[in-house]
Amino acid sequence: MVDQAGALADRVWKRYDRRERLIRYAVMLVTLTVVVWAVRDIDIFWPWVWDAPNQISSLGARMWPPDPTRLAEIVNAMIETVHIATLSTMLTIFIALPVAYIAAQNTTPNRACLWLGRFILVSSRSVNTIIWALLFVAIFGPGVLAGILAIMCRSVGFIGKLMGEAIEEIDRRPVEAMQATGASKLQVIAYAVVPQVMPAFFAIVILRWDINIRESTVLGLVGAGGIGVILQGSIDTFAWTTVATILIAIVVLVLIGEAITSLLRRKVI
Amino acid sequence: MLEISNLIKRYGHDEPVLKGLDLRVEDNSVVAIVGASGAGKSTMLRCINRLVEPTSGSINLNGMELVALRGGALRRARRKIGMVFQGFNLIDRLTVMENVLAGRLGYVSLYQAISRRFPQTDIERAFTLMERVGIAQYANKRADELSGGERQRVGVVRALMQEPELLLADEPTASLDPRTSEQIMMLLQSLASELSLPVLINIHNVAQAKTYTERIVGLRHGKMIFDGAPDDFNKEALDAIYGGIEAPDDATVESPTVSREVGHDAT
Amino acid sequence: MTRPEAGAPATPRTWRKPPFIASPLLRYGLLAVLVVYLVWAFGSLPFNWARISEGLPRAGRIFGGGFPPSFERLDLLLTGFKESLQIAVLSTLLGVLLSIPFAVMAARNVAPLPVYLLGRAVIILSRSFHPVIVAILFVAAVGFGPLAGILTLTLYSIGFVGKLLAEEIEEIDWGQVEAMKATGAGYFAILVYAVFPQILPRQVGLSMYQLDSNLRASAVVGIVGAGGIGGTLMNAFGRYDYAFAFAILLVIIAVILVSEGVSGWVRKKIW
Repeated sequence: MVDQAGALADRVWKRYDRRERLIRYAVMLVTLTVVVWAVRDIDIFWPWVWDAPNQISSLGARMWPPDPTRLAEIVNAMIETVHIATLSTMLTIFIALPVAYIAAQNTTPNRACLWLGRFILVSSRSVNTIIWALLFVAIFGPGVLAGILAIMCRSVGFIGKLMGEAIEEIDRRPVEAMQATGASKLQVIAYAVVPQVMPAFFAIVILRWDINIRESTVLGLVGAGGIGVILQGSIDTFAWTTVATILIAIVVLVLIGEAITSLLRRKVI
Repeated sequence: MLEISNLIKRYGHDEPVLKGLDLRVEDNSVVAIVGASGAGKSTMLRCINRLVEPTSGSINLNGMELVALRGGALRRARRKIGMVFQGFNLIDRLTVMENVLAGRLGYVSLYQAISRRFPQTDIERAFTLMERVGIAQYANKRADELSGGERQRVGVVRALMQEPELLLADEPTASLDPRTSEQIMMLLQSLASELSLPVLINIHNVAQAKTYTERIVGLRHGKMIFDGAPDDFNKEALDAIYGGIEAPDDATVESPTVSREVGHDAT
Repeated sequence: MTRPEAGAPATPRTWRKPPFIASPLLRYGLLAVLVVYLVWAFGSLPFNWARISEGLPRAGRIFGGGFPPSFERLDLLLTGFKESLQIAVLSTLLGVLLSIPFAVMAARNVAPLPVYLLGRAVIILSRSFHPVIVAILFVAAVGFGPLAGILTLTLYSIGFVGKLLAEEIEEIDWGQVEAMKATGAGYFAILVYAVFPQILPRQVGLSMYQLDSNLRASAVVGIVGAGGIGGTLMNAFGRYDYAFAFAILLVIIAVILVSEGVSGWVRKKIW
């Protein structure tokens, strides 16, 4: 803080005192250095940057008007995309719940399980869906199975982590009360844990389903099924008007997904 | 001089909130506006600086018609009308000094506002006013670190920074404890006479209105039903204004119990 | 949700847990819908069982080839990561700066209706597409390389930060705006004094979150040619160089864990 008396005496006012100013300058300097380094070092051919608006608008022009001739095929692929998202979200639940159970501090059977659970969650969350898809396409070949497995592998971490946190936040007292009645471990879970985490469970699953719809639109780009396969094909053959139709279809799908999730949220929670 | 004539405010097609108000306030007088919740006190005050758009009528401040103003002209008119709010409406994350200087926003350029390079005269004025109300030592504190009474003093100083020709106070004491609200009322009263500034105060507390103001205006259902000196404000007037609706905060018509000496120690 | 069964005589006193969904029609209906859906979905999806059955031996080969991960081509790996980091930093900076005007535009309480609709449309559009799809389009438009990655992630940041910031603006304490209006301040002065201070902590937190998020995403936009480590990873997979691919994966996981930790720490400090 500035010397108040002095400030009052000669009536100067500054927004920041000296230490605050130094910290601000230091943060700004570091940021600026990083940005300058990134801009100078990055492998970009600058004339392309200035030309980018032209290129983007010309691509946009080539996409217009959207070509509906392959609409039936696109709609089928969209349905496949939704199936991938829905099935993988359902299947994920069966894996994510046990993992959440062993990864939550207050329910885990022992320390080894705790760390195993945490390891599963971290490795699942750190690898992006599309990288999982790359791996599963290499193993099982192109197709929806690779897509379903990829989304499951990513969703286990998401649902498992949030469910684990929900379990850790439950009220301890009902658990104690159930234990005091002489209930077995599973009975305690059924009566004291499950009712408390139910709302969180629905919210998390619905949220992940919404995310999975978006994620499953790109699986096809690495060959893991869904609308992405047609998208990649159309881009490779420069069928830009078809690409535009697919993009519109994706926006519509995402908006429908959002409408359904908000409806489910209001109905279920 | 403020002159309001036939002021009407109606939201949508509902019954009007203000039904043709007429009010004249001479320079340098403190006027209390009393009335139950929903009587239209707050709407009337906000019509004067056009935070609420009046439906029809005329509001004239020192020869300028306020109702017709738009854009830049409206902003120039607003900076001549200071306002003190019930919830203080300080910018919590900024310092007291920045809050006070915000009162000059109608005068400085956008660049000055963003870079906080206010003219030296503004800073002088800010310190003088803050010393006057006893908050100068908090200049570099964040506004949300202050107590309620101190925050309202910041609000008052911010309004005075505008060099206003009229001060509006919308329930300035309703969020404060009784003792602090006495102090704020006293402050408004003495500032009004020091700066020869007309002040309009919306107030719920009839006892405070009688003690600290020179004139009381009573509203009920958007109509003025009392206008007179505090001494004339008797039980009948009180019943006419509040009767059948709700009891005012302080149903007694006696003077407040807090002595004036208590109030002065903070200023 | 739970309605006690009405009207049953009291003898003998039986009790059953009221079902989760009260109406039996709805309850069994939903169950039937679920079964039908599962049958339909599994039936209609094209599974290539012959190819899938080869999966296990292939998985063995891939993991056998992948362990131990090889760090022989460390320089390639480092170059890839450097580029990912650069993409993440520049796109976060651009995206966060641009998200402010878009957030103001998309906040109903401070933007006039036509501007609001425009702002909302931009945010909804940029949020609908997965960054990888946006990346593919930018690669097609401006060519392979980090430029496409930066453009993609900038748009991604505008969508995400802009949406949350707009919601924050819609929830500000309006009294402060009113107070600034009463001083006669202009539109932009009101924004700077009454709106921005209220959303600043959220903005800083979101920026840190977005930096972390962009670093993750920069690893995948490379898969479609938008620069960064993703391209290196894709190449390694393409050449069946699984040892290198697993090395890259390990480093990606490590970097993401570190970045998540740092971002979380900074957010906690500043909040």
